[in-house]
Amino acid sequence: MTIEVLKPGLATTVQDLGRPGHYHLGIPIGGAMDRLALRSANLLVGNDEGLAGLEVAFLGPQLMFQADAVVAVTGADMPILLDGEEQAPWTGFSVRNGQVLSFGYLKTGARIYIAISGGVDVPPVLDSRSTYLIGAMGGYEGRTLKAGDRIALGAAPASRAGRCVPESLRRMPKQPAALRVLPGLYWHRITADAGQHFFEDEWQVAPEADRIGYRFRGGRAIEFVDREPPFGAGANPSNVVDSAYPYGSIQIPGGLEPIVLHRDAVSAGGYFQIGTVISADMDLIGQMQPHLPTRFVKVDMDAALAARAERKAILAQIRSTLD
Amino acid sequence: MSKAQVMSSLPGTFYRKPSPESPPFKQDGDPVSAADVIGLVELMKNFEEITADVDGKAITFLVEDGEAIMAGQAIAEIES
Repeated sequence: MTIEVLKPGLATTVQDLGRPGHYHLGIPIGGAMDRLALRSANLLVGNDEGLAGLEVAFLGPQLMFQADAVVAVTGADMPILLDGEEQAPWTGFSVRNGQVLSFGYLKTGARIYIAISGGVDVPPVLDSRSTYLIGAMGGYEGRTLKAGDRIALGAAPASRAGRCVPESLRRMPKQPAALRVLPGLYWHRITADAGQHFFEDEWQVAPEADRIGYRFRGGRAIEFVDREPPFGAGANPSNVVDSAYPYGSIQIPGGLEPIVLHRDAVSAGGYFQIGTVISADMDLIGQMQPHLPTRFVKVDMDAALAARAERKAILAQIRSTLD
Repeated sequence: MSKAQVMSSLPGTFYRKPSPESPPFKQDGDPVSAADVIGLVELMKNFEEITADVDGKAITFLVEDGEAIMAGQAIAEIES
């Protein structure tokens, strides 16, 4: 009941829905960047939604199955090959002992999620199998997969291949991508003009973007309101007295390049945050490629909550479709 | 005479030089061997090397230094 890694890809990690409850100690929630994609993949193979699967960033692995299984691949558009034969995305398919799963070049999106009936079985750490890379904990020995690794699988549920998440229920960023933002506590630190052009300008995903944060460049610099630096904040106008960083919060060091903190966020620091990307749009960030043009869209709390409800409705539809 | 294309398996930013001050790995028209590094792709704070993968008499780049590339994009042609 194992899978052997023949080629690991660029950054393939074990991820589930993360480990909530430890952020105040500096340990982020972690888990799949695109949660809807992981949940869907699990449901397609008959797993509980929160079982661990593989998150694959940008470059697909090559995996040899040493057990029969049902597999589903969701998320980014990357050709799925089983012994060289193309398989449908967002659809459960059968894999036999000895077959090799591999992938073509990424087309759109950034990450695929591979769910296997039974789930990936690594020892849970703080109640989660998610890999937290900079903490070197969880997942497969706390790291990205390497050639030669053998991944254990859990006991497979009764499962069947052939079920599919319809295209209307799959979510991917548009071009340009739109991320909805609720302005934050430090809004008073920037000029009215900066508060406008932040939302008017087109930004681009920087190649440094990763699980900790997504960086953007290309928009105009943010100007700050003059102040006497408070004790402990330092002279740079983008600094504040250290504060907690919410998931999705957007810091702009030096007023230059916005960074949206993601699942492996740092929990606190000394940069002002212009606002926070709403929870309903966090999954989309996990599917953004470097250089993707992006707009930040200002919303209020009512709109953010409505978007969250809409997202829950999509998940409910996926559940009932696959039930 | 046949031409092989060198593809990038990753999306990101393509660089023809190992560092901003260095000369390019290869100039247009240079001969290459399979193991030669011809460029770098920057992605998620890593720089992945792209190798020629074939021996050839002359390389021609299809992408400029610092340009954004897609996975599966041809970045150079190599004449054998």
